Amino acid sequence: MKKYTDKGKKDTRSGFGAGLLEAGKADGRIMALTADLKGSLKMDAFADAFPERFIQCGIAEANMVGVAAGLAISGKIPFIGSFAEFITGRVYDQLRQAVAYGKANVKIASSHAGITLGEDGATHQTMEDIALMRALPGMVVLNPCDYNQTKAATIAAAAWDGPVYIRFGRPAVPNFTPEDGGFEIGKAYLLSEGKDITLIACGHMVWEALQAAETLESEGICCDVLSVPTIKPLDEKAILASILKTKAAVVAEEHNRTGGLGEAVAALLARTIPTPMAFVNGKDLFGQTGTPAELLHAYGLDAEHIADAARDLSARK
Amino acid sequence: MANPEELKNISRQVRRDIIRMVTLAQSGHPGGSMSSADFLTALYFEVMKHSPEGWTRDGHGQDVFILSAGHLTPVYYSLLARCGYFPVGELATFRRFGSRLQGHPSVQKGLPGVFQASGSLGQGLSVAAGMAAAKKMDKDDGTVYVMCGDGESEEGQIWEAGMFAVHNRLDNLIAMTDLNGQQIDGPVSAVSGQGDLEAKWKAFDWTVISADGHDMEAILAAFAEAKAACGKGRPVMIIFRTDMGRGVDFMAGTHKWHGKAPDAAQCSEALRQIGESTLGDF
Repeated sequence: MKKYTDKGKKDTRSGFGAGLLEAGKADGRIMALTADLKGSLKMDAFADAFPERFIQCGIAEANMVGVAAGLAISGKIPFIGSFAEFITGRVYDQLRQAVAYGKANVKIASSHAGITLGEDGATHQTMEDIALMRALPGMVVLNPCDYNQTKAATIAAAAWDGPVYIRFGRPAVPNFTPEDGGFEIGKAYLLSEGKDITLIACGHMVWEALQAAETLESEGICCDVLSVPTIKPLDEKAILASILKTKAAVVAEEHNRTGGLGEAVAALLARTIPTPMAFVNGKDLFGQTGTPAELLHAYGLDAEHIADAARDLSARK
Repeated sequence: MANPEELKNISRQVRRDIIRMVTLAQSGHPGGSMSSADFLTALYFEVMKHSPEGWTRDGHGQDVFILSAGHLTPVYYSLLARCGYFPVGELATFRRFGSRLQGHPSVQKGLPGVFQASGSLGQGLSVAAGMAAAKKMDKDDGTVYVMCGDGESEEGQIWEAGMFAVHNRLDNLIAMTDLNGQQIDGPVSAVSGQGDLEAKWKAFDWTVISADGHDMEAILAAFAEAKAACGKGRPVMIIFRTDMGRGVDFMAGTHKWHGKAPDAAQCSEALRQIGESTLGDF
């Protein structure tokens, strides 16, 4: 299988910050808004470079969404940033009415997503955001896998005409995709080729899937590893091409089992090529305080659990 | 300045449109539409710098109006049609399947004159603040107007936006509150602990103007005062004291006509009480 090396651990939110700055340099319509989380969202460089295009909204997320909609209607391209929980669940109605139904070109930057937020605990660890955002008509949903891809995805989101939800995380994780890898919204990336099982993953779980694939290869199970950073619209062609070959899929995501990438892929396969599947995702539980590594292991969201799921699936294929 | 009598003639027609649209659709919100009909007529026919010709949703170079209390589509659509944003005859499609005149304002089908979808309450002031901020960035001298209901002001987001607009010195933003004192479940005073809205907006450091929302001379004077207050570092709130269902005695002053359609006899009686205008019905 194709091997990937960790070129040094970096947080995906810093990829967002770098992408925002680069997009902002290229297009004067791009703005950044935050609700008292400028530093956490890595918006400092953008705010320093373009103070007139940065708006500190204070701890008032609902207003921030409306303001961003007003800016977008007026021709700006605002990125609104907060923690994943507060930029989705807290303002779902505002996103639904003012942004999605209101056809406002707002980019929703969602940091500290999933359980790897860590020590803050369940109040801040959302595992439901992908489901919420997928449910909105017309919303594009992205969950890139590392620093480089998050940077590229942010630039792609800025260029996309319409609302985009881009989800990323807090901890430093392996940065393994090429710096010039680019990003196309709606495209899945086949990272490694096998014939037995397709491992489909997004976000932090892509690296874990690659690690699982290495272990499985040593046991004689060869995997396609498909990185699916665009959860909506799904790259149906790429997924089906892999499934036609392997006829089995494991889907891994740092998200609850309801409404995420796993269900999106399951729905696709149910109406096209009914396929044995396994899911590595949240088991309808709230998180808790802990280090990211402790939490991923405890909640069954790591390479070991992906490999286990693939072995089971291989046996019943 | 326009002759107040001409504006009263138009607002009579707007009230007739409201009653006829809601009766035809057998649904909609006549009460708040009638309470806000006079000052919104003045806004659209005298105060705002706007044109249906070449209208675009970005509002560049124009004054902009956002209806935050989105259920008041009868008055809104009547005014847009009477200003020429779309044919007056289209008012007959209000709330019908396939119509651009959705129950609450929509931008999905590109109805000219509508800048933003609204309906879930409390959001329009934030949107207006965003548009006002954009105008400042673009050195566009247009003013952004927004109307909220008094009941709507129970939403927390209104007050978030209130802080935001002051903090960002959005002195090109003129908000209006239709203080009709009624909401779906009853008088505002009985439903919530809203208290003195004028004092609250003053405490939020807005320039606050209060006026009789049915006296056309007072309305025009309030708008003139608001325009004069623009450019002085603060957003402006005009609180228009109004009556729910104004213009028809059996609809006036009660929450019962917030979202209820008249029957044929009530419609005839309402139109008789409102009287004719020179514009003619749709």
